[in-house]
Amino acid sequence: MNRVLVIIPAYNEAESVEGVISSVKKELPDAGILVVNDGSTDTTGHIAKKLGATVIDLPYNMGIGAAMQTGYKYAANMGYDIAVQVDADGQHPPDQIKHLIGPAMEGRADMVIGSRFLGTGEYQPSLARNIGIKVFAMVVSMITGHRLTDTTSGFRAASKEAIRFFTQTYPEDYPEVEVVVLLHKAGFHIMEVPVNMEPRSGGKSSITPLQAIYYMIKVLLAVFIDMLKKVER
Amino acid sequence: MQSIQILAIIFSIGVFVGIVDLIRRGMLKEQYAILWLISAVILLVLSVWRGLLDKIARVLEVVYPPALLFLVAFVFLLLIVLHFSVIISDISEKNKKISQEIAMLKTRLEEMRKGGKR
Repeated sequence: MNRVLVIIPAYNEAESVEGVISSVKKELPDAGILVVNDGSTDTTGHIAKKLGATVIDLPYNMGIGAAMQTGYKYAANMGYDIAVQVDADGQHPPDQIKHLIGPAMEGRADMVIGSRFLGTGEYQPSLARNIGIKVFAMVVSMITGHRLTDTTSGFRAASKEAIRFFTQTYPEDYPEVEVVVLLHKAGFHIMEVPVNMEPRSGGKSSITPLQAIYYMIKVLLAVFIDMLKKVER
Repeated sequence: MQSIQILAIIFSIGVFVGIVDLIRRGMLKEQYAILWLISAVILLVLSVWRGLLDKIARVLEVVYPPALLFLVAFVFLLLIVLHFSVIISDISEKNKKISQEIAMLKTRLEEMRKGGKR
């Protein structure tokens, strides 16, 4: 039996974290639930603890990259076989997690990414965001030689080997796209599966349109730098 | 000896003594002090041996010797700043690791404390 850890990185998500934790519990009663509380100033940590999740309180807001890496370090320390990232804002429906862990458990991939653009999803991103997502998909598909459609999706499962890799190497600022490139460079197998996502149930999106452009340029630069980096597995 | 030269020598010695004092009092780590010590020594040599700058400038075919001084100073400062960027990157990486470790330890500690009460 593979042990699964659901990692929920959360920064001020008091409105939505309760719903996410309870539906993860319902869908995956045997999985461990870890909330990495990234320096929230609201009651996110308290709520998660009350619901029985393991909570790691980071001492200050370290960013999504450092928060997720903390989760992977915990998963490695505790000997979990699969780690699933689920956002605390309610975008990632826990009933879809099984689609992600399936291929990882069968050893068909080291990283399984839930894509909003394969299959039946009716997700409609804004124009700016859509262009960004398409550009990333194109660039990363070219680099990796696989057709990838949703590299910015944070809904993903990692195998034990990928978890171990992440304890050593995990990008900081906007890690989702970079992670795919780094994994590919290290020789891991990446795969996408179709998932449905919900509109956010609480809080606001972390980026505005102007930030989205800045984000795109920054991530593309980071990806090119990653190509030059020495990656050790 | 011109008064400007005497002033330059006094200033160079002052810089050198200041750096040594910082090291002595533990306010500047030796590994970071080396660059500063080298620059202080160069400053001292150039102010004592006035003709040196002119000679080097002639060899390198620099028409205006002080320009050479500015170039060397600029490159030196650039190197020091780059050195700092590398150090800052290293420190922030270590800071991240420490913070993650502490956060995980706190969680483990809380779990153990709860487990003990049961």
